[in-house]
Amino acid sequence: MTMSPAVITRVSFSRRLKDRVVLGLVWLAFAVAVVPLISVLWLVIKNGIARFDLEFLTHSMRNIGARDAGGGAYHAILGTLEQVGLAALISVPVGLLTAIYLVEYGQNRQLARSISFFVDVMTGIPSVVAGLFVLAFWVLVLGLGYSGFAGALALSILMMPTVVRSAEEMLRLVPNDLREASYALGVPKWKTITKIVFPTAFTGIITGVMLAIARVAGETAPLLLTVFSTDSINEDPFNGPQMGLPLYVFDQAQRPNVTAVDRAWTGALTLILIVMLLNLVARLIAWWRSPAKGR
Amino acid sequence: MRRPAFRRSRGEGPFRFATTGAGVVVLAIMAAIAVFLIVKAIPALQANTSSFLAEKIWTPNATEPKFGIAALAFGTVISSLLALIMALPVAIGVALFISHYAPRRLAGALGYVIDLLAAVPSVVYGLWGVIFLIPFVQGPYTFLNDYFGWIPLFAGDAVYGKSIMTGSIVLAIMILPIIAAISREVFLQAPRALEEASLALGATRWEMIRMSVLPFGRPGVISAAMLGLGRAMGETIAVALIFPATFDITFKVLSNNGNSIAANIANGFGEATPIGQGALIASGLVLFVITLVVNTAARLIIARRKEYSRAAA
Repeated sequence: MTMSPAVITRVSFSRRLKDRVVLGLVWLAFAVAVVPLISVLWLVIKNGIARFDLEFLTHSMRNIGARDAGGGAYHAILGTLEQVGLAALISVPVGLLTAIYLVEYGQNRQLARSISFFVDVMTGIPSVVAGLFVLAFWVLVLGLGYSGFAGALALSILMMPTVVRSAEEMLRLVPNDLREASYALGVPKWKTITKIVFPTAFTGIITGVMLAIARVAGETAPLLLTVFSTDSINEDPFNGPQMGLPLYVFDQAQRPNVTAVDRAWTGALTLILIVMLLNLVARLIAWWRSPAKGR
Repeated sequence: MRRPAFRRSRGEGPFRFATTGAGVVVLAIMAAIAVFLIVKAIPALQANTSSFLAEKIWTPNATEPKFGIAALAFGTVISSLLALIMALPVAIGVALFISHYAPRRLAGALGYVIDLLAAVPSVVYGLWGVIFLIPFVQGPYTFLNDYFGWIPLFAGDAVYGKSIMTGSIVLAIMILPIIAAISREVFLQAPRALEEASLALGATRWEMIRMSVLPFGRPGVISAAMLGLGRAMGETIAVALIFPATFDITFKVLSNNGNSIAANIANGFGEATPIGQGALIASGLVLFVITLVVNTAARLIIARRKEYSRAAA
């Protein structure tokens, strides 16, 4: 008796149908996710472009009445740049040094493990809680008052974990051979880190820092509780209430008249442009650096 | 790696001290957050003439301050859960689309498009929600109320755009990218050999995904969902513009009732007296603890699986 040859039958209709249905659902999910993005960007551009003029970029809201047209966000843009810049000045050194400690010195010490754990915890702190902390600590207990710097402190708390995590990841990517080669030449450890390991990871670290800056640049809640807000230009981030661009949008959006809402849209457009630009530059640096492209 | 032992460099000590110090600063900040929130919350809690845990109303600025977290905590939880229910299926679909369906060349770019959703500042979503979404949802809500009013969530005499539901939709959009990004990383790490084996046995693409990718990815997806939940709970500005800001406990999410801890902080801060500020700080402490629990649980799930080492966001 001979064995009948194996026959490969067609995949049954119901199995093919299920496969097709899931394919359709997966495409649908992606479409559903993209719709709000397009809607948001479209409305921000459409409604924001009208007031996106020189006056908006060069004037503050000082002496602009509730129903008046005109006015601008110069004070808010200036405030945001100062606050975010100060936040970066605080969080980048602390974040980078922490990452170096975790990767190069920490090994499996108890201290390193608890730092690593609390960096994760810090990632999950709601931004409004960071604002409340600075309010409680800086404004209420120390009595130092609302200022751009207080806002920067709150933003730096939100930035720090992102900087640590991305820098840590980049430092771990540096091949051990480089470190060993350097030790073999008699170079001390700290010099190996600053002269060999750090420069190797530099572009990746810059990308992480830029993404962290982009993330905090759009934060509103911590600013609300720490920089207060003002309609006038305040160039000094260490003294008196300042404005921030996200706060400006929030403030204008709550006013029940068309001219204010128009300003809110234009503020949103400016804010998105700043954030997207930071994102884009970060991705370009990463893309230009990374040898392995793909998914 | 061990430090070469033959000669100590003069820079070694200070450098090591600086890096360790920075790490300790991170720990100190976390401790300080807990300590200062508690310190500033206590006077307000002592001045409270009502039960902080059970009271619904929020009048800490009155001469006889009365405030409680009950309604706010309820609003925070229900709005975040609704957002998660809406976002999770879409996020899993998006993650599968990018990891297993999209053409390879496009996958990276499509992933970037989803990441852009996360890059839009929350105040912009709030503005979009107030000006566009609130009028837009009136029709669909009326439909839900008319035909599905027998479901308690959609019950009520009238529907409002300015409701918990609209806030939840915005929250869902905001947490979708983080859930999708982590799920995508986890799905991409499903063992290639398993996938190929099931395809070789004649499985269709969906059967392959159901039997080898999804079981592998499940703990990762759960933890991604919890991280998303934590984020939704802490989200402030978008919902501060949208939530109705009343202090009620109701499941009728289409009604003009409800608030959340974070939204109440943003809206109540401007007119708060010192006791009022303390009350808001006390509510922030509660929010801090809730998100801490949710996030830690998520981290523990993700940390247990060594395979996911790359996915921890």
